Amino acid sequence: MDRIPILRLRDLLLVTIQVDMHDRLAMQLQDELTARISETGARGVLIDISSLDIVDSFIGRMIANIAAMARVLDAQTVVVGMQPAVAITLVELGLTLPGVRTALNVDKGMMLLGSEAGRAPTKMERDADGTH
Amino acid sequence: MSASTNAVIPRVLKSHESDLIAEWMREQMSVFSRSTSKVKEADLRHQTSEFLNLLQVATEGGATDINSADFSRVRDMLSDLSRTRSISGFSPSETAAFVFSLKRPLFSWLQKEMDRDAEGLATVTWAATELLDKLGLYTMEVYQKTRDQVIARQQEELLELSTPVVKLWDGILALPMIGTLDSARTQVVMESLLQRIVETGAAVAIIDITGVPTVDTLTAQHLLKTVTAARLMGADCIISGIRPQIAQTIVHLGVDLGAVTTKATLADAFRRALEMTGQRATVTAPRA
Repeated sequence: MDRIPILRLRDLLLVTIQVDMHDRLAMQLQDELTARISETGARGVLIDISSLDIVDSFIGRMIANIAAMARVLDAQTVVVGMQPAVAITLVELGLTLPGVRTALNVDKGMMLLGSEAGRAPTKMERDADGTH
Repeated sequence: MSASTNAVIPRVLKSHESDLIAEWMREQMSVFSRSTSKVKEADLRHQTSEFLNLLQVATEGGATDINSADFSRVRDMLSDLSRTRSISGFSPSETAAFVFSLKRPLFSWLQKEMDRDAEGLATVTWAATELLDKLGLYTMEVYQKTRDQVIARQQEELLELSTPVVKLWDGILALPMIGTLDSARTQVVMESLLQRIVETGAAVAIIDITGVPTVDTLTAQHLLKTVTAARLMGADCIISGIRPQIAQTIVHLGVDLGAVTTKATLADAFRRALEMTGQRATVTAPRA
């Protein structure tokens, strides 16, 4: 059975949806993600839906719900990489996801969350890296 | 229809060909004499004799159905003629005149041919009328079809022309909208804007509606949908170029644009977009 992996990146949780989202999978993701947020005390959740090209009203609502739940648990949620077709579908369905923050790609999503992982490397880190 | 009357038409067409051409040409030229001379007499003469020839061959076998194989060359010739005339701007009646003006010369020759046989004349006239009417209608059908194709192609071109998405700056796109917004156009606009956002990774998109003459509730709703869809993908939208009358209309209609950034001009919107993306343009001394 498919499972959506939840990766921990410093104080963020990274969810990449790479399989067709069906209803049970969405419910399972909702359970696991809330559990992981409270376990790790993550400050932010980044959901990458760039490979999701079909949505229905249920999945749309699930994304909104997950974002709302994460907010209750004090974690910022950013949905990144939504495809044009998906965006149009959600708007036509009347699901405008009012409370959800969005970004074009993972990089910009990280920037938005202003996390350690997302900020530009400091001079010290650059020097240590040895590539510059 | 008896076999003898059936054979009259092709016989007349054959035996009086040169007379028919001359009289038919006169009929046709009288149609064009009033309008500008769009047609050259030599071309017309060529078409005329070709058509008579083809018609004679087609009717020889006794066929009366213009959709049959016997008439295929007549149909092809009429299609070509009708299409050419449609494209070079002939009016419908000028196009139809080609076939219908054959009636008078043909009937007068049929009359001479049938001389004393009143019943036979009635039959053969009826057959000729029916045949020419069908051919005339066929010509008009092709004419109309050609016109429809032209209109459809122009509509498509207009759709493509009217939705350019321009990159203004790093991470800033602009969409200058021109003309009335209907559902089909808005759909294209929305799709091309969202597609360009993905391609360029732009953070801000400016929708400029300076060229949109009127805004009604439907148009406003379409705009809001586009803005929302762009936001879902992670790009902010600014609507600019709202003219005073349109601002009044929007408020009177009770459309809520509260969640959308609006600016009066594209320049203002661009300045705001630069701020939003953390960039700025500075003024320096102009170069001599």
